This record gives sequence, structure tokens and C-alpha cells, in this order.
Amino acid sequence: MKSKGFIIIIAVIACLIVFASAYIVDETEQVVVTQFGKVLGEPKQAPGLYFKIPFIQNANYFPKNLLQWDGDPGQIPTLDKTYIWVDTFARWKIVDPIKYLQTVTNIIRAQGRLDDIIGPAVRNFISSYKLIETVRTTNRELDTFEVGLEDIVESKRPESYAIKTGREKITEGILKQAKPKLAKFGIELVDVKIKRINYVEQVRRTVYSRMIAERNQIAEKFRSEGQGEARKILGEKERDLKLITSQAYKVAQEIKGKADAEATKLYAKAYGLDPEFYSFVKTLDVYGQALDKSSSIVLSTDSEFFKYLKGYK
Amino acid sequence: MTWDWEKLKQQQQKTGGGGSGVPPQVDEILKNIKKFKFPGGPVLIIILIALFFGSSTFFTVGPDEVGVVQRFGKYVRVCQSGLNFKLPAGIEKITKVKVKRVYKEEFGFRSPSGESRKLFASGGGGSENKNVSLMLTGDLNVGLVPWIVQYKVKDPYNYLFKVRDPRKLLIDMSEASMRLVVGDRSINEVITKREEIAVEARQHLQAEMDKSETGIGIITIEMKKTNVPEAVQPSFNEVNQAVQEKEKLIYQAKEDYNKEIPQARGEAERTIKVAEGYSLDRINRAKGDASRFVALYNEYVKAKDITKRRMYLETVTDLFPKLGHKYIIDAEQKNLLPLLNLGKNGAEK
Repeated sequence: MKSKGFIIIIAVIACLIVFASAYIVDETEQVVVTQFGKVLGEPKQAPGLYFKIPFIQNANYFPKNLLQWDGDPGQIPTLDKTYIWVDTFARWKIVDPIKYLQTVTNIIRAQGRLDDIIGPAVRNFISSYKLIETVRTTNRELDTFEVGLEDIVESKRPESYAIKTGREKITEGILKQAKPKLAKFGIELVDVKIKRINYVEQVRRTVYSRMIAERNQIAEKFRSEGQGEARKILGEKERDLKLITSQAYKVAQEIKGKADAEATKLYAKAYGLDPEFYSFVKTLDVYGQALDKSSSIVLSTDSEFFKYLKGYK
Repeated sequence: MTWDWEKLKQQQQKTGGGGSGVPPQVDEILKNIKKFKFPGGPVLIIILIALFFGSSTFFTVGPDEVGVVQRFGKYVRVCQSGLNFKLPAGIEKITKVKVKRVYKEEFGFRSPSGESRKLFASGGGGSENKNVSLMLTGDLNVGLVPWIVQYKVKDPYNYLFKVRDPRKLLIDMSEASMRLVVGDRSINEVITKREEIAVEARQHLQAEMDKSETGIGIITIEMKKTNVPEAVQPSFNEVNQAVQEKEKLIYQAKEDYNKEIPQARGEAERTIKVAEGYSLDRINRAKGDASRFVALYNEYVKAKDITKRRMYLETVTDLFPKLGHKYIIDAEQKNLLPLLNLGKNGAEK
């Protein structure tokens, strides 16, 4: 009975030892085995089941996957002395866990190192470029104004400035500057990105007033364009009115002239038969029309009409 | 902690079996009990252990998820929906990933339902809503750009193992991508060409997600209403107003034009018609006059003298009764003016 119990106890102890000596490396982890603080062998980077000497050797776990560094947003002046808030983040991973273990040991201290190195790099780069370089990436043509306002003088606008570097190149530069400095900690900096850029409060206010002024100018332009357009239409109206009436007058006069000519021709042809007789007839006609009650007539007895009054001959 | 549990069981068994400091009578009784129980003990233990391991050898995967199996931490396979089997706990581990579910992240605004927020307690937007959506545009103006990213897990292996916190990365990268795209647009484009921005931001974000092997597939980026900051909005509205005003002025001028020009055209037509009427009148009259004269003349030629006399006398006959004062003066009277009181005649009028 007792030997059986012993066997069980030994089995349990054996189990405990096996349990203590086995360790699992997860897909997301890598392990450095140390013996009384001294690094033993290569780091275990492939996932799986591993064994070590229990209690003497110690497994130090480090993440193997991509880690994030989130920078503290800070005020940075750009080359053109505009103060902006810049919020950056970076991704990094532990590529050399032994170096990492020896230099920084844990994530919190690693974050501190990243702060120390990336922060100034960001500051250096942002402050040695103009704001526009940090904001823009390419020299893509901007559609700055609404349709109908293309003729605003382009050279006055800030965006006519040609981008020489651009945001992507700046972040690449930051990466290039910070990367070698982090290599000695066993850290590989994968990339640095600018999450946010914003104007600081005071600058924002002036920017707003600039935007307002810009819009007001556009609005005024629209208004005056409207007035100009309206005047043009009124002018067209005046012109068209004159054109229409004068053309009508012209046509009317032509028609009348033709009619007069036709009439004249007809009269001449008819009256030309005997002008003397025409005078006679017309004169008689005129007498009838021109003389009335208010007319007084003085007739001599010599006249044709009264020649019989003096006596019949 | 299967090992501990097993160990405990065994130790309990041990203490039960090896009770050395117990009085003989009791020992006897205990022995009897033990003899009675002993056959059942290991069986029970084995059954319990078997049950424990057995229960951890199968699992179900929901219809919207897959199970990722790791053996001693190492990735071995992906299980599809349904009942699946694996080696017992301690050897194989299962992590379920919802690959069919569409996740949503909101930036710069809070959706009224907020249901997606409940899924993730630690919101990326939240209190700093305004700062998320404030962006510098390419013409150094400030725009408000809120948007939504919809995504799902397209590669559970990468999603689980390649990046520490894929969701945080997605949130940060969305902001970075959106700002990159907006940084190359003018404020006008930000307001009017949202679709274009969404497409480009999606491409950029997906490229970044693939580059860092997050296993996340961006389904869509949807832009909410982009705007300018509140302080600037009135001036933007003023531009819109000015556009309206401009159109109004133009329409008013056109109205004026339309009011007068057709009328003038009608008037012109009238002038021409009147002239045509005049023309007809004049010619017809001339024709009539001419015909009359010709007809008269034709008869006159036949008897010139008598016709002349007759016409003269007829005219006089008609005319004389209509006349006022008539004076008949002898042919010898040379100075007739004193006889006439022309002034009196004039005063009578």
C-alpha cells in the first residue's frame, strides 16, 4: 500500500516538474530563456511547446506582433511660424528580444524610449517644413472655388505653393531618423504616421476670420456678378427695343414710300392726258371744299358768272 | 488548471489511503471502508478526468464565426461553423473570430442609436468628437469631416496574431488616412466631393491595413455631412445666399426684358401693318381718282366746251348757297376797298 502511495507521490512530483519545465510560446509571443538573469541560447520565436529546467531557468515573454505607440499631441511651430497641434502614432515590434530584454525589459520602458526618440524627430521635421508641406501630400490641383469663380487670381492663394516634400515624405523622414536610434533596443520602428494636425486655438481663430473674409469676398463677387449680369440684360433690352422699333419704322417708311410712288405714277399717268382739264376739275373741286359760309366773295360783273347779270348780249 | 485538479484528487486519495496515525480499530474500519470504496475510486477519478477532457474536446462554432485552433500556442487550423473537435484543453486552444460580422467605427459624430458603441466599450471617438472631425484642408482651411468605417475580419489568422490591437490601429489609421486625403483637397472639394474622398480614403486605409497584416477588410467608408466649423458657417451660407441673389437679379432683369421686348415686337408689327394699310389706301385711292378722271376726260373730250360750262355752273350752283357775304361789283368800279368792311366781318366771327 505504502509503495503504491509513494509511486503516486513521485508521479505527482514528476508531473509538477514537467508542468513547471514546459512552457508554451503563443503565436503572438516570443520567449527569451534566462538562467539567473543570464540569457541562454537563441530566443524562441516560433510558436509551440518548449521545455526548460524548472525553477532555475526563467522564460521571459515578449510580444512578437505589431505594437502601437501613441504620441502625446503637442504644439509645434512650423517653419512659417504657425503653431499646430500634431498627434502622431507609430507602429513597432520587438525584433531582437535579447537586446530588448537587456536594454528596456518591459513595454512601459520601451514606450518611454519611443517617446524620447520619436517625439523630437517629429518636432524636428515639422518645425523645419512649412505647414503646407505637412498638410499636403501631392501637388494635386485643387478645386478652390465654386463654379463661375475660376478667374480669381491664383497667385495670391497659398495652395499655389508647390509642394516639395509632402506629408508622406515627412513621415518617412521621421521614420528614417528615429529607426536607427531604436535598433539598439531591439526595436524595429515600422512606420510613423501623423494622426492629426490642427491649428492651436489662437491660430484657429485667425484662420476662421480669414476663411470668413475669403467667403465674404466670394459672396460679394457673386452679388456684383449678379448686378453686372442684370445690367447687361437691361442693356440688351434697351438695344433690342431700339432695334425693333427702328426696324419697324424703316419697313413702314419703305412701304409708304412705295405706295406713294405707285400713287404718283398712277396720278401722273391719268392726269397727264390733259393737264389743263385736270386743273379745271381740281380747281372746281377745291372751290367746293375750300369755300363755305364764313367766306365772303366779291365778284365783278365782268366775271363769267355775272356776265349775264349786266344784260344778255 | 487540469494538473492541479488532478493532483488534488490524487492527494485526497492518498490521505484517505495512508492514514498512519489512526487508532487500530478505526484503522480496521477504515480499511474495510477502503476495501469497499477503493475499486470505485480510480474509476471515479478516471471518469471525472475523462469527462473534463472529453468536454473540452468538442466545441461549436457559430454561423457568423470561425474557430482558430492553436496547439501549444502554435496555429494549426481554422474550423468552420458547426460542431468541431480538438485535442483536450491544455493542448489545443480555440479562439472564435466573428468573420461575417460587420463592425462599424464612427469618427467625429455619435450615431443616435449608439449600438455599435456598446459592442466596444472603449470608444475611439467619444468625448473628443469635435477634434476628430476637425481637419486641415489642402488650402489651409479647417473643415469638419465626420465619417464611418465599416469593416470585417477577412483573415482571422492575421487578425489574431499579427497586430497587438487591430481595432486601435484601425481607428488611428482611419484618422491618418482621412487626413491625408483631406489634406490634398480644398475646402470646397471637402464639402462637395465627399464620395471621391471616401473612395480614396478607403483605398489608402485598406492598403495600410494590408501592409501591417491586420487581417481587416474595409467594406466601406461612408462620409457624413462635411461642413466648415461653426464659426465660419454663416459666411459660407452667405456665399450660397449671394449665389441666390445673383440668380434673383438676373431673373429680375430677364423679367424686365421679357415684359417689354415682346410688347415692342407687337408694336413694331402694328407699325408695319399700319404702313401697309396706308399703302393700300393710297394706291387704291390713286387708282380710284385716276379712273374717275380718265372716265370723265373720255366724255369731256367728246364735248369739251359744253362739259366745261356745265361743270362750272354746277359747281357754282352748289357753292353759292353755302357762301356767306357776297358782293357784286361793277366792272367799272376800280377802287372797291372802301366799300368793304372787312374788319367788321372779322369781328362778327
